[in-house]
Amino acid sequence: MQSKLSILIGCGLLLANVAAGGQAKAGAGKISDGIVKVGVITDLSGLYSDLSGQGSIIAAQMAVNEFGGKVLGAPIQIVSADHQNKADIAANKARQWFDTQQVDVIVDGVNSAAGLAVSKVANEKHRIFIDSGAGSTRFTNEDCNPYTIHYAYDTYATGSVTGKAVVQHGGTTWFFITADYAFGKSLQQDTTTAINGVGGKVLGSVLAPLNAPDFSSYLLQAQGSGAKVIGLANAGGDTINSIKAASEFGINKKQTLAGLLVFITDIHALGLQVTQGMYVADGFYWDLNDATRKFGKAFMAKANKMPTMVQAAVYSSTLEYLRAVQAAGTDDADTVMRKLKEMTLNDAFVKNGKIRADGRMVHDFYLFQVKSPGESKGDWDFYKLVATVPGDQAFQPLSASRCPMIKK
Amino acid sequence: MPNLSKVRLAGYGALLAAGLVAPFVAYPIFLMHALCFALFACAFNLLLGYTGLLSFGHAAFFGTAAYVTGHVVKTMAVPPGLGVLAGTAAATAVGFVFGSLVIRRQGIYFAMITLALAQLMYFFFLQTSFTGGEDGIQGIPRGHFLWMVNLADDRKLYYVVLATFLFGFVVIHRTIHSPFGQVLKAIRENEPRAVSLGYDVNKYKLLAFVISAGLSGLAGAMYAIVFTFVTLTSSDWHTSGEVVLMTLLGGLGTVFGPIVGAFAVVTLQTQLADKVGSLVTVIMGAMFIGCVLLFRRGIVGEAVGLYNRVLGRRPY
Repeated sequence: MQSKLSILIGCGLLLANVAAGGQAKAGAGKISDGIVKVGVITDLSGLYSDLSGQGSIIAAQMAVNEFGGKVLGAPIQIVSADHQNKADIAANKARQWFDTQQVDVIVDGVNSAAGLAVSKVANEKHRIFIDSGAGSTRFTNEDCNPYTIHYAYDTYATGSVTGKAVVQHGGTTWFFITADYAFGKSLQQDTTTAINGVGGKVLGSVLAPLNAPDFSSYLLQAQGSGAKVIGLANAGGDTINSIKAASEFGINKKQTLAGLLVFITDIHALGLQVTQGMYVADGFYWDLNDATRKFGKAFMAKANKMPTMVQAAVYSSTLEYLRAVQAAGTDDADTVMRKLKEMTLNDAFVKNGKIRADGRMVHDFYLFQVKSPGESKGDWDFYKLVATVPGDQAFQPLSASRCPMIKK
Repeated sequence: MPNLSKVRLAGYGALLAAGLVAPFVAYPIFLMHALCFALFACAFNLLLGYTGLLSFGHAAFFGTAAYVTGHVVKTMAVPPGLGVLAGTAAATAVGFVFGSLVIRRQGIYFAMITLALAQLMYFFFLQTSFTGGEDGIQGIPRGHFLWMVNLADDRKLYYVVLATFLFGFVVIHRTIHSPFGQVLKAIRENEPRAVSLGYDVNKYKLLAFVISAGLSGLAGAMYAIVFTFVTLTSSDWHTSGEVVLMTLLGGLGTVFGPIVGAFAVVTLQTQLADKVGSLVTVIMGAMFIGCVLLFRRGIVGEAVGLYNRVLGRRPY
């Protein structure tokens, strides 16, 4: 059935190509099924839909448009699916896409559990998966595989960048409010290592249960510690609640908050009044340079909001994948992957980015401080650049990777 | 109703035939996904539909079995068949502990206590190290069933899953149509009367609870093998809610209802995911409201009602 379907699609495309003038024929043989399909798997209805979601589909489409909708003469098509934050649906969809719909590459993959599940399917089916949405370090450690690239960030990078750069800018003593499960603890661990490495000091920490309704007691402990910086080793609703509570108690006036996993959409949702002065590590901000501003404004025109790091990375990963297909002259997964790992990546999201053997895309990371309402010139003018951390210092070094593919 | 059994028999035949040819028509992973939830819903229906106990924490059994199966198969290199047995046994044990506690209460209290206990399990799975927290257990090998059948082949695995499902279905069917099942129905209809007839109601309820938990576990254990991963979703309260939806949508207290409901919900979740995008959850909610307002007996319940009306029989 699968082959019949592909013949049918192939015939349809051939007709379309003939109608379009026939110039497409030259490359069509090297592209399997005569079409390059990009699958965007994301959360369209749940808690990640703001930082990824519809915006990721728009971002991928922008990359395709930049390519003129065609690579090597074959049309590029985008398909998308809502995994509803369920790994089974994500894996099921990925399998179906690879098996029956000729999808060549899957991007985004927000939510670590769903992303890891898709990564296993990609490995099994020998197709490429470029994850930008998920933050787990397992993608490039225990669960690495030759068909997965971890593109935008991971919790090691956000933690260590915040830890290092904040200490270097005077935030020498720390107190952590940590989400009481593996994610929060590893985030705290990675940040602590970075802080100690540059001479900072951790005065203490408190574990808060996941989805705690009230952060006041934890914040009072943080206040009592006298630390200059309060590190928030949590995510999503927990981060938002702890920032809100800190603002209500006026804690953010004497001590500085450092969100270890905060997206620009969180700042937008909370407002500058509440978040001002906070440190944030991010891999992308629209107002960094001309290229990011151009991309940000183009994205804004379509999505009515500025892109997050995840959405910008989805754009970038789609674009770089298409460039690799063009350079390799085929959409064969192994060849394209080899090309991707050879290339130096340059676009609105990444400058001189490199994809390592373990699948980690290494690029510069930034530490920002949130502007006060007075400093901000308007909506989305949120960040002041504090430090740029080179990729090789931001990400876990390859020598420390637990990825079995790396020969030591 | 002697004639209904003939209809039932035809139904079983059609179901079996459909099950055997299905992987050649539809996508096997999708079918296995639906079959796992169909068994889960059938097990849930045994408790809600036939005993009248609304558990709001059935994901705990599903999740426990999935995690135990995933763990023993992945880290201890246990063959998948034994892994599934281990998972099912674990879920049965958890079911016995939970059941012993909750059958002392009824109605909303019963539902709330099961929910609370299930949340307890959820946070246990979130915290403990062998589950991999929010990343889950990933990359569980499918291995070989009975050292012969290579389960990496989706179709072969499908027939193993189908056989397991049929086993679970037969167990439930036998339970419902046994004297034991009659007592359960009596408890559902009027518990004080069942007590006055001399039945030790709590023992019956506990056994029904444990059977339901064990079969939910069987579904969860298969799920781990089919998808080769287990995540927190499997023990999340949303999953407990979904199984309620599947059962109500298909038809509470009907033999085929939960199967129909499970296929309907899984089809919506997976097949509509790339067509309607964010509307999936809205559609599910609307269906639930529609089901409660317009056809309270569920798809199968209404169909049976219609069939009886056409034949001029009184509704049963």
